[in-house]
Amino acid sequence: MRRYDSIIIGAGHNGLICASYLARSGQKVLVLESSESLGGLASSGEFYPGFKTSIAHTVNHFSQKIANDLDLASHGFNSKSGSLPIVGLSIDGNHLVLKGNELSGVAPEDSQAYGTYLDSMQRFADMLKPFWLKTVPRIGSNRLPELLSFASLGLNLRLLGKDAMREFLRVFSLPMRDLMDENFDNDILKAMLSWDGLIGSKLAPRSPNNSVLALLYRMSGGQDDAHQVTTEGVRGLIAALHSSAAAAGVEVRSGTSVHRIHVGENDAGLVATGVHLKDSEQIDADNIVSSADPQSTFLNLVGVEHLEIEFTNRIRRLRCDGYVAKLHLALDDLPKFSGLTRPDGRMIIAPNLDAIEFAYDDAKYGDFSQQPVMEIVIPSLQDKSLAPDGQHVLSANIMYVPYNLKKGWDKKAREDLCKLVIDVIERYAPDIRSHILYEEVLTPLDLEQIYGVTGGHWHHTEFALDQLFMMRPTFGAAQYSTPISGLYLCGAGCHPGGGLMGGPGHNAAREILR
Amino acid sequence: MTNNSEAFSGERLKQSHFHPRLAELNIRDSWSSWNGYKFANYYYDAEYEYFCVRNTCATYDICPMQKYVIKGVDAEAMLNRMITRDISKMRQNRVTYVVWCTDEGRMVDDGTIFKLASDEFMLTCGSPCSAWLEKSAFGFGDVSITDKSDEIAALALQGPTSCTVLRKMGFTEIETTKPFNIKHFPFHGDTLMISRTGFTGDLGYELWVKPELAIDLWDELYAAGANYGIHPFGETATNMARIEAGFIMPGFEFNEALKTVHFEHDQTPFELNLGWLVDFKKKHFNGRSALLQEQKKGPKYTLTKLDIEGSKPAEGAYVYSNKRCSREIGYVTSAMWSPSVKANIALAMIKTEHLSGELWTEIYYEKELRQYSKVARCTIKDKPFWTPARARLTPPLEN
Repeated sequence: MRRYDSIIIGAGHNGLICASYLARSGQKVLVLESSESLGGLASSGEFYPGFKTSIAHTVNHFSQKIANDLDLASHGFNSKSGSLPIVGLSIDGNHLVLKGNELSGVAPEDSQAYGTYLDSMQRFADMLKPFWLKTVPRIGSNRLPELLSFASLGLNLRLLGKDAMREFLRVFSLPMRDLMDENFDNDILKAMLSWDGLIGSKLAPRSPNNSVLALLYRMSGGQDDAHQVTTEGVRGLIAALHSSAAAAGVEVRSGTSVHRIHVGENDAGLVATGVHLKDSEQIDADNIVSSADPQSTFLNLVGVEHLEIEFTNRIRRLRCDGYVAKLHLALDDLPKFSGLTRPDGRMIIAPNLDAIEFAYDDAKYGDFSQQPVMEIVIPSLQDKSLAPDGQHVLSANIMYVPYNLKKGWDKKAREDLCKLVIDVIERYAPDIRSHILYEEVLTPLDLEQIYGVTGGHWHHTEFALDQLFMMRPTFGAAQYSTPISGLYLCGAGCHPGGGLMGGPGHNAAREILR
Repeated sequence: MTNNSEAFSGERLKQSHFHPRLAELNIRDSWSSWNGYKFANYYYDAEYEYFCVRNTCATYDICPMQKYVIKGVDAEAMLNRMITRDISKMRQNRVTYVVWCTDEGRMVDDGTIFKLASDEFMLTCGSPCSAWLEKSAFGFGDVSITDKSDEIAALALQGPTSCTVLRKMGFTEIETTKPFNIKHFPFHGDTLMISRTGFTGDLGYELWVKPELAIDLWDELYAAGANYGIHPFGETATNMARIEAGFIMPGFEFNEALKTVHFEHDQTPFELNLGWLVDFKKKHFNGRSALLQEQKKGPKYTLTKLDIEGSKPAEGAYVYSNKRCSREIGYVTSAMWSPSVKANIALAMIKTEHLSGELWTEIYYEKELRQYSKVARCTIKDKPFWTPARARLTPPLEN
């Protein structure tokens, strides 16, 4: 039997990144992916004959360092192009547009305030930037390199200057609502700028616990906070990662489900030595690296009988319920959004912060809002391969849609949600219904079932203060290594977290190679 | 308007299933509490009760003890992952003494496991632990945990005449029950479970019956025991007996790890001299890797049995490595003058590295309102202070 240095479970972007780094350092690496296509939540698939889409519909904050390290440019990923404007849709057609740093559609006061706001937020984001690609030390660790990463954060913080440092410490755990209210007047602007701090999490504008830090996280990636759909789209990123990995000698087996991680014993305790596939084939390796979420990894693949009780309890208590549903529409033509010449931006439907808050309130109690808020992209405008010529795909992230719907997710509930969302879109694009060839709605429960992500959670587990840094996913497994020797994590459930940044895959490889 | 007695009435102590008889015999009205139950310190006189345990027989109410029934195909696997001992080879109708630890190998509690069927166990322990059991059972398929603490009436009968008394009650062949074995007897149309177990280090049994039969059991036991010196004993006499037997007690020898605030103010099984309960040959169990490390480097402290010069109990005393008492190396956890052994005995936690050297203790005592102290030499005892042959023999030798 062929033996590997490392087996990576899951070919999401983090799994592929980790595999590439390991292979580039000389390891023999095998990536096992249960689905036929690579990319996990960023994988692209056909949802209607001729129409393709992916759950992650834009590339946002992908690390430039990783793109450079893995030479993604020569594998077809163009990280510098195709940044999308953000459009705050207004029911009267007077939309707000933020293109680059240019904000239009608001009063001069807000426009000016935006410049000041962006300056300070960008400084904070830049300060945090190096931190995302570092391992956050264990509490009690006295390894110098680890302590230096704390020291460098402290130094960066200090270098901001006293006033900015104080401002950062005040702002970073602020509820999003407070940050917006103290900076801006325009309701749509506030809702639009809040969006990236809230999406994917069980956090509303009034929730304390980190939405501002989540926003800074997204702002500190390679392209600042730009969301992109390049001509190759999200598909292009995954294809480039795959191609780069293959060039480095990584072997990728898709359509291959890992059933269990094989746990053996040595003098020091338990050690992961291989994986069992669904068909009971066993493949051995020195390192088993899971890009699956922490609950799947520990509770399903490892099994509690190999884990400590308190550790298991912390994993079990992770908050992993997703709150974002996905709508995909196959359209026979481009819909006309009133007041927009071309719907080529990232369009936010959230008239004000209360609309977001109230949608959250419904979800909190197990229902979806009758007035959902959402983010819409028509990725086929950039990536022509997603739909037949002249036809289009509309992709929408809908907040907040609970994983645990009180009345249960059945066909009727899905149809109700779908109709509701299209009703809302119709208010802004009155001709939308006449163009729909096919509609697909995916609840967080569907995402869990299709992609094997617990709770259908974008970030594998909640991106909130108690589950961040040296607490992500929980102490005992927060430095990519786990209580089981030879078993590592490299997915979004690790520091720095979710989205399409690639930090966890990058950092995990460094720890494995240490 | 509510008056105070109504406002706090929910906090009244519960009454044991034997309470009517216990209350009648508690002529000193000296009550404390255990797990929310009214519980006697002593009934007439602690020393008298202690001598009943050692010379005749006596009963101890264990209704307040926690009793959990753990049932299901995966019950054994679940328990084996929680405790440090291996129960996979345990036979049905056997009892075993176990401890369980946190992830860091610090002791949560000790208790006994009764194997009632291949897929049914009863765990007994001093403090409630349903939250820990629930956490421990998570992820195991077929396991149900039921708290039976209030639904089983249990009474310990301890002392040299205990076997005879049970035989008088009609439980023939009770004398063939080996230590840590369980037997079932028909009793008033139901079943009485008798285990040869206890917390006194002497010959003794524990009786388990449904609450409705508690008073019948008591009355028949006391009728049979009338000529055999039967008497109830409380907390104080229990504590004396268990120190002589060298048994550990939470709040004395160990702090339950889940309730300990200060770093390492709890204990590992190795520190408590319970390394023989830790089985590294079985599959993974909680705290395993921490305990492996502890075994390798050796415990910082070791629970030690001390025979101390003189007759003044060394309660709360420090232990030193020199007669001048300038180098402190440990502390006494329990101490007493042992009437049966005729010795001044103590249990003490002593830094392992100092066990081979001299041991001294400075004992403080009071005489008619004036404080005195004396320095006394200590000698380590390897065996329990009190270990009569009848506690181990089957059939037990009887007086």
